[in-house]
Amino acid sequence: MQSRTIIDNKGVNLTITRLCYQLIENHQDFSNTILIALQPRGTFLLDRIIAKLKEIKPDLYPKTGSIDITFYRDDFRRGNSPIVASRTNMEHSIEGRRIVLVDDVLYTGRSVRSAMDALLDFGRPIQVELLVFIDRRFKRHLPIQPEYVGSRVDSLNSERVIMSWDEKEGKDEVQLYTIEEK
Amino acid sequence: MSELSVEHLIGIKSLTESDIQLIFATADNFKQVINRPIKKVPTLRDITIANLFFENSTRTKLSFELAEKRLSADVINFSAGSSSVSKGETLVDTVNNILAMKVDMVVMRHPNPGASVFLSQRVNSRIINAGDGAHEHPTQALLDSYSIREKLGDVAGKKVVIVGDILHSRVAMSNIFCLQKMGAEVMVCGPKTLLPKYIDKMGVKVETDLKKALNWCDVANMLRIQMERLDISYFPSLREYTMQFGLTAQILKELKKPITIMHPGPINRGVEISSAIADSEQAIILDQVENGVAVRMAILYLLAQKIDRPQ
Repeated sequence: MQSRTIIDNKGVNLTITRLCYQLIENHQDFSNTILIALQPRGTFLLDRIIAKLKEIKPDLYPKTGSIDITFYRDDFRRGNSPIVASRTNMEHSIEGRRIVLVDDVLYTGRSVRSAMDALLDFGRPIQVELLVFIDRRFKRHLPIQPEYVGSRVDSLNSERVIMSWDEKEGKDEVQLYTIEEK
Repeated sequence: MSELSVEHLIGIKSLTESDIQLIFATADNFKQVINRPIKKVPTLRDITIANLFFENSTRTKLSFELAEKRLSADVINFSAGSSSVSKGETLVDTVNNILAMKVDMVVMRHPNPGASVFLSQRVNSRIINAGDGAHEHPTQALLDSYSIREKLGDVAGKKVVIVGDILHSRVAMSNIFCLQKMGAEVMVCGPKTLLPKYIDKMGVKVETDLKKALNWCDVANMLRIQMERLDISYFPSLREYTMQFGLTAQILKELKKPITIMHPGPINRGVEISSAIADSEQAIILDQVENGVAVRMAILYLLAQKIDRPQ
């Protein structure tokens, strides 16, 4: 398996800053907005976004949450390995709110579909948007498009795009893994 | 660990400690689900579950049915009283007839010990034991330990006394296995006649004085006297049993430290536990019922994962 870094530490930080300005442009003071991360990997990105938003506008207090999609997945009993559930943390009512779903890599769109189902079990938001750091274009199984995109990556089905975080893996970067054909 | 080591839930005896931890961790998630405005998830929508109750049950049956419905499974119910069992059909035939209607999982309660293991070897379905005679009642033991974990933070290192009819109790048997696997110390307490002869060989302490037992423990699990199973007289009278083994406010007041009171239900108020204690802050009896649904959801979910994938 070969890997190469497509976005490095500096690039990751730059992109997060841009995403934050885009969010501020659309949501101003976030008074009616809740940012919700997809468990488990979306939470790292959301934590970074919140930290950066505070840096840009210290008086900003965006509401956040995280949602676990395990029980909403469409590949239950179809995948190779069982999935362990993570915690859902939804302290704020989403009724009538604007929601931004946050995840690191968008690929087939199935996770986002599950997340929307899970989200609607908590109430009826007025709008749901999607923010992803990596958008693997042309690989969608479902008609889902993100509003905020960190970076677009064109990749083969056999390739793997993995986003690492300083808190978890010790490094901020995006890597493209190529599995060699025998 | 993200998968159970067993294919069926026959008893706690066949589970490992990490199986139990996995069930508890999954139950945490489901407890969150059943406390939401919309208390359901779509996970098991392509699974059909049969609840076969060859013996009376209210709580366990309702709890299982609710757990199944909260997971969006299709549910069929069967009670022995109104079935062909009275017409002479065997257990395997009854179950195979139900499975022919494309049922994926079976939850069974049966008056004969070993009925669920017998079935698991003969029919092609996942079996969950909801109580078989005086053998095991694994889901009750799991929800009991789960409730202790919730109330006291952990099961390991805790001292638990099981009071009452140990001889006829499947709840006691499963609880002993479960608590010991989780690292708790277990004591049984009751009249000598209702304690199995070699119970100390299971590594449990034996006590016939309720006060001593309560002074030793962190948690007391009060069992019901199962009058329907008492074939001979094991104690002179119910009143005398209450005098010696009934839990009252007076006894609790004399203890050195507060203890947690549990009861698997149904309660006989004024027999093994007084009304005031059953309704007190120390009793977590209704928490046990709530946790029962979450724990059963976790078991159904984890076993359903092991059903062959659809083609």
